[in-house]
Amino acid sequence: MTLATGGGEPGASGTPMVLAEALHKRFGRLEVLRGIDLRVARREVVCVIGPSGSGKSTLLRCINHLEKINAGRLWVDGELVGYRQQGGKLYELREREITAKRAEIGMVFQHFNLFPHMTVLENVIEAPIRVKGISKADAIDRARRLLDRAGMADKTEAYPKQLSGGQQQRVAIARALAMDPKLMLFDEPTSALDPELVGDVLAAMRDLATSGMTMIVVTHEMGFAREVGDTLAFMDDGLVVETGRPRDVLANPTQERTRAFLSKVL
Amino acid sequence: MATPPESQAAGQAAADTAPPEEIHAVPVRHPGRWVAAAIVVVLFAMLVHTLVTNSRFDWSVIWSYFTSARVLRGLQVTILLTVVSMAIGIALGVILAVMRLSANPLLSASSWVYIWFFRGTPVLVQLLVWFNLAFLYPKISIGIPFGPSWLTANANNLITPLAAAILGLGLNEGAYMAEIVRAGILSVEQGQSEAAQALGMSRGQTLRRIILPQAMRVIIPPTGNETISMLKTSSLASVITVTELLYAVQLIYSVNFKTIPLLIVASIWYLIITSVLTAGQYYVERYFARGSARELPLTPWQRVRRYLTTWHATPPAPPLEPQQRDAS
Repeated sequence: MTLATGGGEPGASGTPMVLAEALHKRFGRLEVLRGIDLRVARREVVCVIGPSGSGKSTLLRCINHLEKINAGRLWVDGELVGYRQQGGKLYELREREITAKRAEIGMVFQHFNLFPHMTVLENVIEAPIRVKGISKADAIDRARRLLDRAGMADKTEAYPKQLSGGQQQRVAIARALAMDPKLMLFDEPTSALDPELVGDVLAAMRDLATSGMTMIVVTHEMGFAREVGDTLAFMDDGLVVETGRPRDVLANPTQERTRAFLSKVL
Repeated sequence: MATPPESQAAGQAAADTAPPEEIHAVPVRHPGRWVAAAIVVVLFAMLVHTLVTNSRFDWSVIWSYFTSARVLRGLQVTILLTVVSMAIGIALGVILAVMRLSANPLLSASSWVYIWFFRGTPVLVQLLVWFNLAFLYPKISIGIPFGPSWLTANANNLITPLAAAILGLGLNEGAYMAEIVRAGILSVEQGQSEAAQALGMSRGQTLRRIILPQAMRVIIPPTGNETISMLKTSSLASVITVTELLYAVQLIYSVNFKTIPLLIVASIWYLIITSVLTAGQYYVERYFARGSARELPLTPWQRVRRYLTTWHATPPAPPLEPQQRDAS
C-alpha cells in the first residue's frame, strides 16, 4: 500500500522515513498489531486515530524499538528496526546499536514523563550530554533556544511539578527536540491535559510541522489532524483500516468501521 | 506574582460593608485531658526523683567514665563498625537488587538465594562463623578457580575479630538493603525508564541517572532505620572479642563491678549517636525530595530563624506560590 503524500516534499528522497510491511506484534496470546502496512515520507505529518486498544501506541513503540516486533518488516530511514540483515539472515541488534537508533527518534508521551528530580533545563540537556556527548555549554545553549521557542524561557530552573500540564508537555517536546531527531513520535500528547491547555501544545506541534519535521501523531484532536496532518490513518483492531488526506477521510470515509468511529467522536 | 486587579476590587467591596460580629462561645471542656496530663506529670516526677535520690545510679561514676579513654576508643570502634558495615551493606544491596530485577534468571535466582540465606540465619551465628572461619579454611588463596593460586594467607591472620565483625554485619546488612533498594526501584514509574530509553540512554545510564535518584526517596527512610539498628547491632561484635562500646564497658565493670553505671554510660553514647544520625537522615531526605513537592518545607533552623526575624509581624507570610497556570 502506498500513500500519496500531501503537503510534504515527496521528491526530497526516495526512501520513506518509516515503512511498515505486514507488521505483527503479540503480547503473549494477544495480537495487538495484525499486519500493519504504513509508509511515512520525509517531512510528512501522519495523524493516527482509532478507538483505544486498536494498537496505535504499540505501533509508535515498535517504531522506537521500545517493543520487539514478531513478524513482518519495519524500516526507519531505510534501516531495519531491531535487526541487521546479513546474507539472508537476521541478527538482533546489540543494546548500543538500538540506543543509537532511539537517539535519532524523538518521542512525546501522554503523561509527559519528565524527570521530576531534575529542573526543566536539566531535563533538556541530560540526553544530549550523556548520549550524544556534546559539551555542557553547547547543550545549555541549544536547550535555552528550544525552551525559548516553546515559550518556557523563564521556567528553566523550575521543577516539573511546579509547572502546569501544558507547560510540562512543551518542555517534553523541547527535550525530545534537543536530540535533533529526524522523526518525532507523539503518543496522545494532549489527552492528559485540561482543555484550556491543549491549544499551546498543539501550537508547538504545528510550529514543528511547519519547520518540516517528519511526525507521526496518535491523537484524538480531529481539528489538528485536519489542519496540520498530511495524511490520516484510521486504525482498528490492530490494522490500518483506511488512510488518505485528512479532509477526505473525515468527510467521506470509505470504510464502514471508519464511519462508525467518526460518528461517535465528531 | 502581582495580585490580580479583580481580587483587589473584591477586597475593597468587602471592606466597605461592616464585618459581621466575632463569635464568642464557651469552649468545650476536656476533663479527660487534664487527668491524663496529671498522670504523666506524676510519673515523670517519680522518674526524676529516683534518678536523683537513688544513690546506686552512681552519677559520679557515670560522669567519670563517660569520656574515659577506653570508653571513647570503644565508641570509635562502634562508629567504624557501623559506617563500614553499612557502606558494604548499601553497595551490596544495590548490586543484589539490580541482580534480583535482572532478566537473567541465574542472576535473579542467586540474589534470591543470598537474601534467603542471610536473612534466614541469626546475625550472631553469622558473626561466630566468620570468627571461626579458620576452622573451615585454614588457608585462603587468590588465584585461578580450580587452578594455581598466586597469593596464600593464613586465615587466622587475615580474619581478625574486627574483619570478622565487618564481614558478618556487612554481608547480613546487604540482604536487608537489597529488599529496600528493590522496593525503591519498583516505586519509580515505568514511564521514567521509557522516557530515558526513548532519548537513547542505555540501561546503565537510565538506572544511575534517572531511576536510582528517584528511588532514593523511598530508600532513605528505611536505610536510616537500618543505620540506627546497625549502630546497636554492632554491640553483638562484643561476643567475638571486638572492643567496641559495649565490650569496652564490660571490660571495665568486670573489674570494678559498677555494672549498671557503665551500662548507662554506653546507653547515653548510643542515644547521642542515634540523635546525630536522625538529624542527618532528615537533611538527606530533604535533599532527595527536591522536585517531588512544589515547595520544600522549611528546616527546623529556617523555621527558628524566620520566627526570630518576623516574630513581630503576624502571621508570617506564606512562601511565594509558584505559577500554576500558563500566563495568558
